[in-house]
Amino acid sequence: MNGADAILRSLEAEGVEVMFGIPGGAIMPTYDAMARGTTVRHVLARHEQGAGHMAQGYARASGRVGVAIATSGPGATNLVTPIADAWMDSTPLVCITGQVRSSLIGTDAFQECDITGITMPVVKHSWLVQDVREIPEIMKAAFHVARTGRCGPVLVDVPRDIQEAELDFSYPDKVDLPGWRPPSKVHPLQIREAAERIAYAEKPVLYAGGGTLNGEACDELRRLAEVGRLPVITTLMGKGAFPETHKLHFGWPGMHGTKWSNIAMNTCDVLVAIGARFDDRVTGKLSAFAPGATVVHLDIDPAEISKLRDADIPVVGPLKKALAELTKAVAAHREAGVPAPEAWVQKIEAWRDEFPLRYGTSTEWLKPQKLMETLQELTAGDDVIFTTGVGQHQMWAMQYLLTERPRNFISSGGLGTMGFGIPAAIGAKAARPEAKVVCVDGDGCFQMTAQELTTAVLDDLPVVVVLVNNGYLGMVTQWQDMFFEGRRSHVHLTAQVPDYAKLAEAYGGVGMVVESEAELRPALEEALSLNRTVVVDCRVDPSEQCFPMIPAGAAALDMVEYEDPVKAAS
Amino acid sequence: MKHKHTISVLVEDKPGALARIATMFARRGFNIDSLAVGPTERQGVSCITLRVDCEHHTLEQIEKQIHKLVNVLRVTELTPGEAVERELLLLKVSAAPDRRAELVSTAEAFKGRVVDLGPDAIVFELTGTPEELDSFQELARPHGIQELVRTGRVGMSRASTRGRTRRLSAIN
Repeated sequence: MNGADAILRSLEAEGVEVMFGIPGGAIMPTYDAMARGTTVRHVLARHEQGAGHMAQGYARASGRVGVAIATSGPGATNLVTPIADAWMDSTPLVCITGQVRSSLIGTDAFQECDITGITMPVVKHSWLVQDVREIPEIMKAAFHVARTGRCGPVLVDVPRDIQEAELDFSYPDKVDLPGWRPPSKVHPLQIREAAERIAYAEKPVLYAGGGTLNGEACDELRRLAEVGRLPVITTLMGKGAFPETHKLHFGWPGMHGTKWSNIAMNTCDVLVAIGARFDDRVTGKLSAFAPGATVVHLDIDPAEISKLRDADIPVVGPLKKALAELTKAVAAHREAGVPAPEAWVQKIEAWRDEFPLRYGTSTEWLKPQKLMETLQELTAGDDVIFTTGVGQHQMWAMQYLLTERPRNFISSGGLGTMGFGIPAAIGAKAARPEAKVVCVDGDGCFQMTAQELTTAVLDDLPVVVVLVNNGYLGMVTQWQDMFFEGRRSHVHLTAQVPDYAKLAEAYGGVGMVVESEAELRPALEEALSLNRTVVVDCRVDPSEQCFPMIPAGAAALDMVEYEDPVKAAS
Repeated sequence: MKHKHTISVLVEDKPGALARIATMFARRGFNIDSLAVGPTERQGVSCITLRVDCEHHTLEQIEKQIHKLVNVLRVTELTPGEAVERELLLLKVSAAPDRRAELVSTAEAFKGRVVDLGPDAIVFELTGTPEELDSFQELARPHGIQELVRTGRVGMSRASTRGRTRRLSAIN
C-alpha cells in the first residue's frame, strides 16, 4: 500500500469514526485512498476552519480525539485558528495536512507553507513526515500525545510524494516516545495534606474547570462534593462537569459569573482548583483574587501549578485518580467527626438569594435573557448539547442554560473564537447523533462560519441555531459604552442584513424569525421538534448589556451589577 | 530577585527540537542569555545548555514548560559548586609588532594560545570559565578588538557526582 492508505489504516486502527476536512492538491493521494475505501466517515466542510472546529466539537462532545484533514498552504493555515483554540481549551485533536513534495519544500512552491513552523507555539507536538515508513509510528504517537497528559492538538504534515510512496504497513502496539511521560500517579502525601486542609476548612470552595471533563473525573468530583458537603463553582470550560441543578452547585466565576459565586470564591478559606488554571477572566485582578485562601491545586499539567497563583498544596496527576483518593481521605475525616461546612453553604445560599441574576423588562423588545430562560425551560431534562460563539450571547448562555451532564456545553473559552459555535455543533452532532444539538450564536459570530450550515444539511447533521440577533458586535459595543465613553466604533452590523432566515433556507435549512416574546416559545418548540437544520433569528434588544461584570483588570469583588433604570432614577 | 541559572536540556536529536525550545522561550517571554547545542555520549541525543537570568518562579516555569516538550528527555539545573562550566572564545585583536609580546603573555596567563598571526593582528583561542573569558576580553579591549565570538557555556556535573546532575523540578 502507499502512504495515503497507511494514513487511513492508521485512523482505522485508532478506532476513528469520523474525520472532518476538505481536499486540495497536496492531500489528493489521501482523498484518493478514501475513494478506494475506508471505514472512517468523512464530513466535507466548506472551510478548513469549519473542519477544525467540527473536529473540536466532536472531541468535546464524545471525549474522543477529533480528526481534521486539509491540504497544504491555505488549507493548513485555515486550520490554525482551530488548532490554537484546541490548544487553549486542551481539546484532543489530530490535524493531518498535505504538504508539497519533499523535493519542493523550502522553494516557495505553489501552496507551500511551513505549517509545522506556524503552529509550533500552539501544538503539543508536530511531525513533518520524511519517510513513508514512519507513518504508522507517527500516527500512533500523534493520537497518544493528543489524548494523554493534558489533552491538546497535534499536527502531522505529510508531503505529497510520501503519501504516494509504498510501504509494508503494520501498526505498532506501543508508542516509542522516551520524552513523553505524563504523570500517571498521585502523590499520597499530597493527597493526605490536601484532604486535611479541605476537611477542616470552614469556607471551602471547589473551583472546577475543563480538566475535570478531560480527565473523565465528573463522577469523582460529585462524590467529593457530596461526601465533604463542599460547594462547587464551575468555570465556563468546566460547565457540565457538575450538575447545575445540584444543591451544591453555586454558579460560575469570573468576569460575567454570578455575583454570589464570585463573593464565595473570593472570601473562601480553602480554594480547591480542579483542572482549572486561574485564567484572568476568572480571577480579575490576580493580586486581589481570593486573598485569604489556601490554594489546593489539582492538575495533570505540572506547569499549571503556581503559574499564576501560588499553590499551597499541589496535587499533580490524573484527576480521576486524584479526586477518588481525595474523596476517600475527606470521607475518613468526616466519619471521624470533622464537621461539614454547613454554615458556609447556607451563607452562599443567602448570597444567591440576595444577588440573583437580574434584567429589565421591555414591552417593545425581546430580552436575550428571556430567550435563554425559555430555551432552558424547553430543553430541561433532555439530552441537549449546547454550543456557543463568543460574546454576550455566550455569557448569557453560561448564566441561564443549566447544564446537567458532562460534555453538554461546548464553547470557545481560552481563545474566544467567534464563529466556533456552528461548526462545533455539527461536530457534536456527528459524535452524538441521538442528542439534540443547539448552537446559541450571535449575529457577529454567525457570519464568520455560517457556510457550514451547508455541511449540516448535506451531511445530515441537523443542528438548531438560536441566533441572538441584536444587530451589533454586542460585547464590543458594551465595552465601548462602558469604557470608551460610548463612542461606537464599527460595531453596527444591522439585524436585517443579511436576512438570516432566508440565508438558512438558501443553505437548505429552515429559517424562522422571532420578533417578540409572544413568538418565541412556539418558534423554539417547532425548531427543536423538526430534526432539521434550523436558524431561529431572534431579534433581541440591542441595548441590552451583559451583567454582572468585573471590568477588565478590576478586582473580582468590584463587580458591576445590573441597575434597574427605574430604581436608579428614583 | 533575578539570578543567572544554567539549564542543561537533553533532547532527542529530531528535526525542530531546538526550534521548539526557542519558540517556547519567545512565546512565554523568557530571555536566553546564551545557548549552546551539541552531541552527547548517547547516539541520537543532544545537549542544549541554556543560560537564563530570571527569578526563581520563572525558572520553575521554564523548567516545567521545557519538560512538556515531547522531544525533551531531561531538564537539569547546573548549580554552581556542583558543576563545571566552560566556554570557548576566539578573539581577533589589533597587535602592532611592539605590542605582540604583551598580548601573548596576557593570553598565556589565561592558558590561551595564538591560532593565527597577521601583520597587525592576532587571533587568540581561549577556553575557560565564562568569567575567565570576560577578564581576558577586558584586558584585550584597550588593544582594539576587531572581532570576537564565544560559543556560549557548556557544563556538566562534577566528577564526584555520578551521572547527570539532579532533576530540577520538585513536582512531577
